[in-house]
Amino acid sequence: MTTSYKVMPGPEHFLPPSAASMGIRLPDPGQAHIHGTIVSEEEAMEQAARQFLSAKVPTIFPGPLVLWAWNDKAAKKAKAIRYLYETIKESVDSSQHAMLIPMPDYRPKYPKINPEIEINPNHPNLTIWHNKIDACMFVGVHCHQANLSLKIIRGGTNCYTIAMCAQAGHEDAMLSFRDATAEKILRLADWVKKLKGSVAPPA
Amino acid sequence: MSKERIKIAEELFDIMPAEYQDLVKRATYGNEQRGWKDIGNAKELIEEHSLCAGCPESMAFRYILASLPNPEDTVMVGSTGCTSLVFPHVAVHNIHSLFGNQNAIASGLKRALTVRFPDRPKDVVVLAGDGATVDIGLDMTLQAWFRQEKFTTICFDNELYANTGGQESGLMQKGFVAKMAPVGKTFEKVRLPEIARESGCHYVVNCTVSKPNLIEKVIKNAVHIAREIGPTYLQLYTPCILEIGKNSMEGLQEMRDSEKPTERFAYKEYVSEPAKELLAELAAKEKERKAEAKKQLAGQTA
Ligand SMILES: Cc1ncc(C[n+]2csc(CCOP(=O)(O)OP(=O)(O)O)c2C)c(N)n1
Ligand code: SF4
Ligand SMILES: [Mg+2]
Repeated sequence: MTTSYKVMPGPEHFLPPSAASMGIRLPDPGQAHIHGTIVSEEEAMEQAARQFLSAKVPTIFPGPLVLWAWNDKAAKKAKAIRYLYETIKESVDSSQHAMLIPMPDYRPKYPKINPEIEINPNHPNLTIWHNKIDACMFVGVHCHQANLSLKIIRGGTNCYTIAMCAQAGHEDAMLSFRDATAEKILRLADWVKKLKGSVAPPA
Repeated sequence: MSKERIKIAEELFDIMPAEYQDLVKRATYGNEQRGWKDIGNAKELIEEHSLCAGCPESMAFRYILASLPNPEDTVMVGSTGCTSLVFPHVAVHNIHSLFGNQNAIASGLKRALTVRFPDRPKDVVVLAGDGATVDIGLDMTLQAWFRQEKFTTICFDNELYANTGGQESGLMQKGFVAKMAPVGKTFEKVRLPEIARESGCHYVVNCTVSKPNLIEKVIKNAVHIAREIGPTYLQLYTPCILEIGKNSMEGLQEMRDSEKPTERFAYKEYVSEPAKELLAELAAKEKERKAEAKKQLAGQTA
Protein backbone atom coordinates (compact mmCIF):
# COMPACT_ATOMS: atom_id res chain seq x y z
CA MET A 1 0.00 0.00 0.00
CA THR A 2 1.37 3.42 -0.86
CA THR A 3 0.35 6.50 1.04
CA SER A 4 0.94 10.21 0.81
CA TYR A 5 0.50 10.57 4.58
CA LYS A 6 3.54 11.78 6.48
CA VAL A 7 4.00 11.58 10.25
CA MET A 8 4.99 15.19 10.91
CA PRO A 9 5.20 17.48 13.94
CA GLY A 10 1.72 18.87 14.73
CA PRO A 11 -0.44 20.26 15.97
CA GLU A 12 -2.27 17.95 13.59
CA HIS A 13 -5.68 18.16 15.19
CA PHE A 14 -7.49 17.11 18.33
CA LEU A 15 -7.65 13.42 17.46
CA PRO A 16 -5.03 12.68 14.81
CA PRO A 17 -5.56 9.41 12.92
CA SER A 18 -3.35 6.52 13.92
CA ALA A 19 -0.51 6.52 11.41
CA ALA A 20 -1.10 2.79 10.79
CA SER A 21 -4.64 3.55 9.60
CA MET A 22 -3.14 6.04 7.13
CA GLY A 23 -0.98 3.33 5.56
CA ILE A 24 2.28 3.89 7.45
CA ARG A 25 4.04 0.59 7.96
CA LEU A 26 6.69 -0.53 10.39
CA PRO A 27 10.36 -1.07 9.53
CA ASP A 28 11.88 -4.54 9.23
CA PRO A 29 14.83 -5.52 11.47
CA GLY A 30 17.85 -3.33 10.71
CA GLN A 31 15.63 -0.53 9.45
CA ALA A 32 13.90 2.48 10.98
CA HIS A 33 11.39 5.04 9.73
CA ILE A 34 11.46 8.80 9.39
CA HIS A 35 8.04 10.49 8.96
CA GLY A 36 6.74 7.08 7.91
CA THR A 37 9.32 6.42 5.19
CA ILE A 38 11.45 3.32 5.75
CA VAL A 39 15.17 4.17 6.01
CA SER A 40 18.32 2.45 7.18
CA GLU A 41 18.96 2.49 10.90
CA GLU A 42 22.10 4.56 10.36
CA GLU A 43 20.17 7.27 8.51
CA ALA A 44 17.67 7.43 11.36
CA MET A 45 20.52 7.64 13.91
CA GLU A 46 21.93 10.68 12.14
CA GLN A 47 18.52 12.32 11.85
CA ALA A 48 17.67 11.68 15.52
CA ALA A 49 21.00 13.15 16.61
CA ARG A 50 20.35 16.23 14.45
CA GLN A 51 16.93 16.67 16.05
CA PHE A 52 18.42 16.58 19.55
CA LEU A 53 21.18 19.03 18.63
CA SER A 54 18.87 21.52 16.96
CA ALA A 55 16.10 21.51 19.57
CA LYS A 56 15.65 24.15 22.27
CA VAL A 57 14.64 21.53 24.82
CA PRO A 58 15.76 18.06 23.70
CA THR A 59 14.23 15.59 26.11
CA ILE A 60 14.31 11.86 26.87
CA PHE A 61 11.26 10.23 28.44
CA PRO A 62 12.21 6.86 30.02
CA GLY A 63 9.26 4.65 30.97
CA PRO A 64 8.77 1.88 33.54
CA LEU A 65 10.53 -0.78 31.46
CA VAL A 66 13.83 1.02 32.03
CA LEU A 67 13.12 3.01 35.20
CA TRP A 68 12.84 -0.20 37.20
CA ALA A 69 15.80 -2.56 37.36
CA TRP A 70 13.63 -5.62 36.85
CA ASN A 71 16.37 -7.50 34.97
CA ASP A 72 19.99 -6.95 33.87
CA LYS A 73 19.00 -5.76 30.40
CA ALA A 74 16.81 -3.05 31.87
CA ALA A 75 19.60 -1.88 34.16
CA LYS A 76 22.01 -1.74 31.19
CA LYS A 77 19.55 0.27 29.14
CA ALA A 78 19.07 2.70 32.02
CA LYS A 79 22.83 3.25 32.10
CA ALA A 80 22.90 3.85 28.33
CA ILE A 81 19.99 6.30 28.57
CA ARG A 82 21.78 8.29 31.23
CA TYR A 83 24.88 8.37 29.04
CA LEU A 84 22.87 9.57 26.05
CA TYR A 85 21.31 12.31 28.16
CA GLU A 86 24.70 13.45 29.50
CA THR A 87 26.08 13.42 25.97
CA ILE A 88 23.23 15.59 24.66
CA LYS A 89 23.68 17.94 27.61
CA GLU A 90 27.38 18.34 26.85
CA SER A 91 26.80 18.73 23.13
CA VAL A 92 24.27 21.56 23.10
CA ASP A 93 24.99 25.24 23.72
CA SER A 94 23.87 27.41 26.62
CA SER A 95 20.65 28.49 24.88
CA GLN A 96 19.49 24.87 24.84
CA HIS A 97 18.24 22.88 27.80
CA ALA A 98 18.40 19.09 27.72
CA MET A 99 15.96 17.24 29.97
CA LEU A 100 15.44 13.71 31.28
CA ILE A 101 11.87 13.30 32.52
CA PRO A 102 10.42 9.95 33.65
CA MET A 103 7.06 8.39 32.88
CA PRO A 104 6.83 6.43 36.13
CA ASP A 105 3.15 5.57 35.94
CA TYR A 106 0.53 5.02 33.28
CA ARG A 107 -2.42 5.55 35.57
CA PRO A 108 -4.07 8.95 35.44
CA LYS A 109 -3.06 10.87 38.54
CA TYR A 110 -5.64 12.96 40.33
CA PRO A 111 -5.89 15.84 40.82
CA LYS A 112 -2.94 16.43 38.50
CA ILE A 113 0.67 15.54 37.82
CA ASN A 114 3.63 17.83 38.33
CA PRO A 115 4.67 18.47 34.70
CA GLU A 116 8.10 19.70 35.72
CA ILE A 117 9.18 16.29 36.97
CA GLU A 118 7.06 13.69 35.19
CA ILE A 119 5.03 12.88 32.10
CA ASN A 120 1.80 10.87 32.04
CA PRO A 121 0.47 9.13 28.93
CA ASN A 122 -3.07 10.31 29.52
CA HIS A 123 -2.11 13.96 29.19
CA PRO A 124 1.51 14.10 27.97
CA ASN A 125 1.01 17.58 26.54
CA LEU A 126 0.98 19.11 30.02
CA THR A 127 4.66 18.19 30.30
CA ILE A 128 5.50 19.13 26.70
CA TRP A 129 3.87 22.56 27.00
CA HIS A 130 5.11 23.32 30.51
CA ASN A 131 8.75 22.67 29.64
CA LYS A 132 8.48 23.91 26.05
CA ILE A 133 9.84 20.60 24.79
CA ASP A 134 10.38 20.62 21.02
CA ALA A 135 12.10 17.23 20.51
CA CYS A 136 11.67 14.12 22.60
CA MET A 137 12.49 10.44 22.65
CA PHE A 138 10.38 7.73 24.28
CA VAL A 139 12.21 4.69 25.59
CA GLY A 140 11.01 1.86 27.83
CA VAL A 141 7.34 2.75 27.54
CA HIS A 142 4.93 -0.13 26.85
CA CYS A 143 3.53 -0.10 23.30
CA HIS A 144 -0.03 1.00 23.97
CA GLN A 145 0.94 3.84 26.29
CA ALA A 146 3.64 5.03 23.88
CA ASN A 147 1.19 5.05 20.98
CA LEU A 148 -1.36 6.93 23.03
CA SER A 149 1.20 9.56 24.08
CA LEU A 150 2.72 9.90 20.61
CA LYS A 151 -0.69 10.51 19.08
CA ILE A 152 -1.75 13.04 21.70
CA ILE A 153 1.56 14.91 21.29
CA ARG A 154 1.21 14.92 17.50
CA GLY A 155 -2.35 16.15 17.89
CA GLY A 156 -1.70 19.05 20.19
CA THR A 157 1.92 20.19 19.97
CA ASN A 158 4.71 20.87 17.48
CA CYS A 159 7.13 18.58 19.30
CA TYR A 160 9.27 16.21 17.19
CA THR A 161 8.82 12.68 18.54
CA ILE A 162 11.33 9.83 18.42
CA ALA A 163 10.67 6.27 19.61
CA MET A 164 13.52 4.02 20.75
CA CYS A 165 11.27 0.97 20.66
CA ALA A 166 12.26 -2.47 21.95
CA GLN A 167 9.71 -4.19 19.74
CA ALA A 168 8.74 -3.51 16.13
CA GLY A 169 8.72 0.32 16.18
CA HIS A 170 6.06 3.01 16.39
CA GLU A 171 4.22 4.37 13.37
CA ASP A 172 2.95 7.29 15.42
CA ALA A 173 6.41 8.69 16.12
CA MET A 174 8.04 10.96 13.58
CA LEU A 175 11.13 8.79 13.77
CA SER A 176 11.25 5.28 15.13
CA PHE A 177 13.90 2.70 15.81
CA ARG A 178 13.06 -0.91 16.55
CA ASP A 179 14.66 -3.71 18.60
CA ALA A 180 16.25 -1.21 21.00
CA THR A 181 19.21 -2.38 23.03
CA ALA A 182 21.70 -0.61 25.29
CA GLU A 183 24.22 -0.77 22.42
CA LYS A 184 21.80 0.95 20.05
CA ILE A 185 21.22 3.75 22.53
CA LEU A 186 25.00 4.17 22.93
CA ARG A 187 25.36 4.30 19.14
CA LEU A 188 22.90 7.17 19.08
CA ALA A 189 25.01 8.92 21.72
CA ASP A 190 28.05 8.44 19.43
CA TRP A 191 26.14 10.11 16.60
CA VAL A 192 25.32 13.07 18.86
CA LYS A 193 29.03 13.38 19.72
CA LYS A 194 30.03 13.07 16.09
CA LEU A 195 27.65 15.83 14.94
CA LYS A 196 28.36 18.13 17.89
CA GLY A 197 29.21 21.61 16.60
CA SER A 198 28.05 20.87 13.06
CA VAL A 199 24.33 21.39 13.63
CA ALA A 200 22.99 24.93 13.96
CA PRO A 201 21.37 25.52 17.35
CA PRO A 202 17.78 26.84 17.35
CA ALA A 203 17.35 30.45 16.23
CA MET B 1 9.47 -11.78 50.03
CA SER B 2 11.42 -8.56 50.09
CA LYS B 3 12.03 -5.17 48.59
CA GLU B 4 14.73 -6.69 46.37
CA ARG B 5 12.10 -7.16 43.71
CA ILE B 6 11.23 -3.48 43.69
CA LYS B 7 14.33 -1.57 42.63
CA ILE B 8 14.71 1.62 40.63
CA ALA B 9 17.51 1.59 38.03
CA GLU B 10 20.51 3.20 39.71
CA GLU B 11 21.26 5.65 36.89
CA LEU B 12 17.69 6.95 36.83
CA PHE B 13 17.01 7.00 40.56
CA ASP B 14 17.52 10.76 40.92
CA ILE B 15 14.91 11.67 38.31
CA MET B 16 12.15 9.53 39.80
CA PRO B 17 9.51 11.61 41.62
CA ALA B 18 10.08 11.58 45.37
CA GLU B 19 7.07 9.38 46.14
CA TYR B 20 8.56 6.48 44.14
CA GLN B 21 11.97 6.90 45.75
CA ASP B 22 10.26 6.86 49.13
CA LEU B 23 8.37 3.68 48.28
CA VAL B 24 11.61 1.91 47.59
CA LYS B 25 13.48 3.36 50.54
CA ARG B 26 10.88 3.54 53.29
CA ALA B 27 7.86 1.38 52.51
CA THR B 28 7.11 -1.78 54.47
CA TYR B 29 7.11 -4.32 51.65
CA GLY B 30 8.58 -7.56 52.89
CA ASN B 31 8.05 -6.73 56.55
CA GLU B 32 5.93 -9.50 58.00
CA GLN B 33 5.09 -7.42 61.05
CA ARG B 34 3.70 -4.51 59.06
CA GLY B 35 0.55 -2.93 60.43
CA TRP B 36 -1.31 0.26 61.26
CA LYS B 37 1.45 1.48 63.57
CA ASP B 38 3.67 2.06 60.53
CA ILE B 39 1.41 4.94 59.52
CA GLY B 40 3.40 8.08 60.16
CA ASN B 41 6.68 6.15 60.48
CA ALA B 42 7.07 4.39 57.16
CA LYS B 43 6.06 5.32 53.64
CA GLU B 44 2.41 4.43 53.15
CA LEU B 45 1.25 2.50 50.10
CA ILE B 46 -1.20 5.26 49.25
CA GLU B 47 -0.24 8.64 47.88
CA GLU B 48 -2.63 11.58 47.71
CA HIS B 49 -6.27 10.60 47.35
CA SER B 50 -9.05 12.18 45.39
CA LEU B 51 -11.88 11.61 47.85
CA CYS B 52 -13.78 14.44 49.52
CA ALA B 53 -11.85 16.03 52.39
CA GLY B 54 -12.46 13.95 55.51
CA CYS B 55 -14.09 11.03 53.70
CA PRO B 56 -13.76 7.97 55.97
CA GLU B 57 -12.96 5.88 52.89
CA SER B 58 -9.53 7.52 52.95
CA MET B 59 -8.92 6.30 56.52
CA ALA B 60 -10.13 2.87 55.54
CA PHE B 61 -7.73 2.77 52.60
CA ARG B 62 -4.79 3.79 54.76
CA TYR B 63 -5.49 1.18 57.45
CA ILE B 64 -6.11 -1.59 54.93
CA LEU B 65 -2.99 -0.83 52.91
CA ALA B 66 -0.89 -0.69 56.07
CA SER B 67 -2.27 -4.07 57.17
CA LEU B 68 -2.18 -6.28 54.07
CA PRO B 69 0.16 -9.08 55.12
CA ASN B 70 1.80 -9.55 51.74
CA PRO B 71 1.43 -6.38 49.65
CA GLU B 72 4.09 -7.20 47.06
CA ASP B 73 2.21 -10.40 46.21
CA THR B 74 -1.30 -9.01 46.49
CA VAL B 75 -3.55 -7.94 43.65
CA MET B 76 -6.52 -5.77 44.53
CA VAL B 77 -9.60 -5.70 42.33
CA GLY B 78 -11.68 -2.55 42.39
CA SER B 79 -14.93 -1.43 40.88
CA THR B 80 -16.41 1.87 39.77
CA GLY B 81 -17.32 4.26 42.55
CA CYS B 82 -15.54 6.66 44.88
CA THR B 83 -12.96 3.96 45.67
CA SER B 84 -11.93 3.66 42.03
CA LEU B 85 -10.53 7.19 42.00
CA VAL B 86 -8.09 6.23 44.73
CA PHE B 87 -6.53 3.20 43.06
CA PRO B 88 -4.22 5.19 40.76
CA HIS B 89 -2.48 6.33 43.95
CA VAL B 90 -2.10 2.87 45.44
CA ALA B 91 1.25 1.08 45.36
CA VAL B 92 -0.21 -2.43 45.27
CA HIS B 93 -1.03 -4.15 41.99
CA ASN B 94 -4.64 -3.43 41.19
CA ILE B 95 -7.17 -4.05 38.47
CA HIS B 96 -10.23 -1.96 37.76
CA SER B 97 -13.21 -4.08 36.75
CA LEU B 98 -16.49 -3.30 35.05
CA PHE B 99 -18.96 -2.15 37.70
CA GLY B 100 -20.27 -5.19 39.56
CA ASN B 101 -17.93 -7.70 37.94
CA GLN B 102 -15.24 -7.52 40.60
CA ASN B 103 -15.79 -10.94 42.19
CA ALA B 104 -15.90 -12.67 38.80
CA ILE B 105 -12.62 -11.01 37.78
CA ALA B 106 -11.07 -11.88 41.13
CA SER B 107 -12.13 -15.54 40.75
CA GLY B 108 -10.32 -15.91 37.44
CA LEU B 109 -7.35 -13.92 38.64
CA LYS B 110 -6.88 -15.95 41.80
CA ARG B 111 -7.11 -19.22 39.89
CA ALA B 112 -4.63 -18.04 37.26
CA LEU B 113 -2.18 -16.82 39.89
CA THR B 114 -2.39 -20.17 41.67
CA VAL B 115 -1.52 -22.00 38.46
CA ARG B 116 1.22 -19.55 37.49
CA PHE B 117 2.84 -19.30 40.94
CA PRO B 118 2.19 -22.61 42.67
CA ASP B 119 4.93 -22.05 45.26
CA ARG B 120 4.27 -18.46 46.17
CA PRO B 121 1.21 -17.22 48.07
CA LYS B 122 -0.64 -14.66 45.97
CA ASP B 123 -3.48 -12.85 47.70
CA VAL B 124 -6.42 -11.36 45.87
CA VAL B 125 -8.48 -8.71 47.63
CA VAL B 126 -11.63 -7.19 46.17
CA LEU B 127 -12.49 -3.70 47.36
CA ALA B 128 -15.74 -2.19 46.09
CA GLY B 129 -18.66 -0.04 47.16
CA ASP B 130 -22.02 -1.30 48.36
CA GLY B 131 -23.67 -0.58 45.01
CA ALA B 132 -21.08 -2.73 43.26
CA THR B 133 -21.11 -5.50 45.88
CA VAL B 134 -24.75 -5.80 46.85
CA ASP B 135 -26.81 -4.46 43.96
CA ILE B 136 -25.36 -4.58 40.48
CA GLY B 137 -22.68 -7.14 41.37
CA LEU B 138 -24.69 -9.33 43.77
CA ASP B 139 -24.74 -12.25 41.35
CA MET B 140 -20.94 -12.20 40.99
CA THR B 141 -20.46 -11.66 44.74
CA LEU B 142 -22.61 -14.63 45.72
CA GLN B 143 -21.48 -16.99 42.99
CA ALA B 144 -17.84 -16.50 44.01
CA TRP B 145 -18.75 -17.42 47.58
CA PHE B 146 -20.83 -20.44 46.52
CA ARG B 147 -17.84 -21.68 44.51
CA GLN B 148 -15.55 -21.19 47.52
CA GLU B 149 -13.17 -18.92 45.64
CA LYS B 150 -10.16 -18.19 47.81
CA PHE B 151 -10.09 -14.41 48.04
CA THR B 152 -11.28 -11.62 50.31
CA THR B 153 -14.20 -9.35 49.47
CA ILE B 154 -14.24 -5.97 51.18
CA CYS B 155 -17.31 -3.78 50.83
CA PHE B 156 -16.99 -0.10 51.66
CA ASP B 157 -20.53 0.35 52.88
CA ASN B 158 -21.56 4.00 52.68
CA GLU B 159 -25.19 2.98 52.32
CA LEU B 160 -25.74 4.58 48.91
CA TYR B 161 -24.30 5.22 45.47
CA ALA B 162 -22.02 8.09 46.42
CA ASN B 163 -20.05 8.57 43.25
CA THR B 164 -23.13 9.18 41.12
CA GLY B 165 -24.75 11.61 43.51
CA GLY B 166 -26.71 9.60 46.08
CA GLN B 167 -29.01 6.92 44.71
CA GLU B 168 -30.61 4.19 46.82
CA SER B 169 -28.60 1.06 47.48
CA GLY B 170 -29.57 -2.29 48.96
CA LEU B 171 -27.43 -1.48 51.99
CA MET B 172 -29.20 1.82 52.61
CA GLN B 173 -31.27 1.96 55.79
CA LYS B 174 -35.04 1.74 55.55
CA GLY B 175 -36.66 5.16 55.34
CA PHE B 176 -33.45 6.99 54.36
CA VAL B 177 -33.90 9.86 51.94
CA ALA B 178 -30.96 10.68 49.69
CA LYS B 179 -30.40 13.41 47.12
CA MET B 180 -31.40 11.14 44.29
CA ALA B 181 -33.73 8.89 46.27
CA PRO B 182 -36.34 11.42 47.41
CA VAL B 183 -39.11 8.96 48.24
CA GLY B 184 -37.11 7.20 50.94
CA LYS B 185 -36.01 3.57 51.05
CA THR B 186 -39.00 1.29 51.42
CA PHE B 187 -37.30 -1.93 52.56
CA GLU B 188 -34.73 -2.93 55.17
CA LYS B 189 -30.95 -2.80 54.78
CA VAL B 190 -29.95 -6.07 53.06
CA ARG B 191 -28.34 -8.39 55.59
CA LEU B 192 -25.30 -9.22 53.54
CA PRO B 193 -23.09 -10.38 56.45
CA GLU B 194 -25.65 -13.09 57.28
CA ILE B 195 -26.05 -13.93 53.60
CA ALA B 196 -22.24 -14.18 53.33
CA ARG B 197 -22.13 -16.67 56.17
CA GLU B 198 -24.90 -18.79 54.65
CA SER B 199 -23.22 -18.58 51.24
CA GLY B 200 -20.03 -20.20 52.46
CA CYS B 201 -17.77 -17.38 53.67
CA HIS B 202 -15.40 -18.60 56.37
CA TYR B 203 -14.84 -15.26 57.99
CA VAL B 204 -17.33 -12.40 58.04
CA VAL B 205 -17.00 -9.11 59.88
CA ASN B 206 -19.35 -6.15 60.00
CA CYS B 207 -17.82 -3.03 61.60
CA THR B 208 -16.80 0.58 61.11
CA VAL B 209 -13.28 1.80 60.36
CA SER B 210 -13.03 3.93 63.50
CA LYS B 211 -10.29 1.75 65.06
CA PRO B 212 -7.09 1.11 63.10
CA ASN B 213 -5.97 -1.81 65.28
CA LEU B 214 -9.27 -3.56 64.71
CA ILE B 215 -9.01 -3.05 60.96
CA GLU B 216 -5.50 -4.48 61.02
CA LYS B 217 -6.73 -7.57 62.82
CA VAL B 218 -9.71 -8.24 60.56
CA ILE B 219 -7.75 -7.61 57.36
CA LYS B 220 -4.99 -9.99 58.38
CA ASN B 221 -7.49 -12.65 59.47
CA ALA B 222 -9.54 -12.26 56.29
CA VAL B 223 -6.52 -12.48 53.97
CA HIS B 224 -4.93 -15.45 55.75
CA ILE B 225 -8.20 -17.39 55.90
CA ALA B 226 -8.94 -16.66 52.22
CA ARG B 227 -5.44 -17.83 51.30
CA GLU B 228 -5.72 -21.16 53.11
CA ILE B 229 -9.41 -22.02 53.38
CA GLY B 230 -12.00 -20.10 51.36
CA PRO B 231 -13.89 -16.86 50.79
CA THR B 232 -13.99 -14.12 53.41
CA TYR B 233 -16.10 -10.97 53.61
CA LEU B 234 -15.63 -7.65 55.40
CA GLN B 235 -18.37 -5.05 55.44
CA LEU B 236 -16.88 -1.77 56.61
CA TYR B 237 -18.93 1.32 57.35
CA THR B 238 -17.31 4.27 55.59
CA PRO B 239 -20.03 6.92 55.82
CA CYS B 240 -20.39 9.28 52.90
CA ILE B 241 -20.18 12.51 54.84
CA LEU B 242 -21.19 14.45 51.77
CA GLU B 243 -24.48 12.64 51.39
CA ILE B 244 -25.44 12.51 55.06
CA GLY B 245 -24.71 16.19 55.54
CA LYS B 246 -21.66 15.98 57.82
CA ASN B 247 -18.57 18.15 57.87
CA SER B 248 -15.13 16.79 57.10
CA MET B 249 -14.25 16.44 60.79
CA GLU B 250 -17.41 14.51 61.65
CA GLY B 251 -16.82 11.18 59.91
CA LEU B 252 -15.12 9.56 62.89
CA GLN B 253 -17.90 10.49 65.31
CA GLU B 254 -20.50 9.22 62.86
CA MET B 255 -18.73 5.84 62.85
CA ARG B 256 -18.46 5.79 66.65
CA ASP B 257 -22.15 6.55 66.96
CA SER B 258 -23.03 3.78 64.52
CA GLU B 259 -20.99 1.06 66.22
CA LYS B 260 -22.69 1.26 69.61
CA PRO B 261 -24.05 -2.12 70.76
CA THR B 262 -27.59 -1.54 69.54
CA GLU B 263 -26.62 0.14 66.29
CA ARG B 264 -26.36 -1.40 62.82
CA PHE B 265 -22.54 -1.41 62.78
CA ALA B 266 -22.01 -2.95 66.22
CA TYR B 267 -19.05 -5.31 65.77
CA LYS B 268 -20.25 -8.64 64.38
CA GLU B 269 -17.99 -11.53 63.49
CA TYR B 270 -18.48 -15.03 62.17
CA VAL B 271 -15.62 -17.53 61.96
CA SER B 272 -16.09 -21.04 60.54
CA GLU B 273 -14.62 -24.03 62.39
CA PRO B 274 -11.69 -24.58 59.97
CA ALA B 275 -10.98 -20.85 60.09
CA LYS B 276 -10.94 -20.93 63.89
CA GLU B 277 -8.31 -23.67 63.76
CA LEU B 278 -6.19 -21.69 61.35
CA LEU B 279 -6.40 -18.54 63.48
CA ALA B 280 -5.39 -20.55 66.55
CA GLU B 281 -2.39 -21.95 64.66
CA LEU B 282 -1.36 -18.48 63.50
CA ALA B 283 -1.74 -17.10 67.03
CA ALA B 284 0.46 -19.90 68.42
CA LYS B 285 3.13 -19.18 65.81
CA GLU B 286 2.99 -15.48 66.60
CA LYS B 287 3.39 -16.23 70.31
CA GLU B 288 6.41 -18.37 69.54
CA ARG B 289 7.92 -15.64 67.37
CA LYS B 290 7.48 -13.05 70.11
CA ALA B 291 8.99 -15.34 72.74
CA GLU B 292 11.96 -16.01 70.46
CA ALA B 293 12.43 -12.29 69.82
CA LYS B 294 12.29 -11.61 73.56
CA LYS B 295 14.88 -14.31 74.19
CA GLN B 296 17.20 -12.85 71.57
CA LEU B 297 16.78 -9.37 72.99
CA ALA B 298 17.58 -10.65 76.48
CA GLY B 299 20.68 -12.39 75.05
CA GLN B 300 21.82 -9.16 73.43
CA THR B 301 21.41 -7.07 76.57
CA ALA B 302 22.91 -9.69 78.91
C1 LIG C 1 -21.92 -1.05 34.42
C2 LIG C 1 -22.03 0.28 35.06
N1 LIG C 1 -23.25 0.68 35.53
C3 LIG C 1 -23.37 1.87 36.13
C4 LIG C 1 -22.28 2.69 36.30
C5 LIG C 1 -22.44 4.05 36.95
N2 LIG C 1 -21.90 4.14 38.28
C6 LIG C 1 -20.68 4.65 38.52
S1 LIG C 1 -20.30 4.74 40.13
C7 LIG C 1 -21.80 4.09 40.55
C8 LIG C 1 -22.21 3.94 41.99
C9 LIG C 1 -21.19 3.40 42.88
O1 LIG C 1 -21.77 3.11 44.11
P1 LIG C 1 -21.00 2.22 45.16
O2 LIG C 1 -20.61 0.95 44.57
O3 LIG C 1 -21.85 2.16 46.39
O4 LIG C 1 -19.66 3.05 45.43
P2 LIG C 1 -19.49 4.48 46.16
O5 LIG C 1 -19.33 5.48 45.09
O6 LIG C 1 -20.68 4.69 47.02
O7 LIG C 1 -18.23 4.33 46.99
C10 LIG C 1 -22.56 3.80 39.42
C11 LIG C 1 -23.92 3.24 39.42
C12 LIG C 1 -21.04 2.25 35.80
N3 LIG C 1 -19.93 3.00 35.92
N4 LIG C 1 -20.95 1.06 35.19
S1 SF4 D 1 -18.90 11.39 47.75
FE1 SF4 D 1 -19.01 10.50 49.82
S2 SF4 D 1 -18.01 8.49 49.68
FE2 SF4 D 1 -17.44 9.67 47.86
S3 SF4 D 1 -15.50 10.66 48.42
FE3 SF4 D 1 -17.12 12.12 48.92
S4 SF4 D 1 -17.61 11.72 51.06
FE4 SF4 D 1 -16.47 9.96 50.32
MG1 LIG E 1 -21.69 3.23 48.15
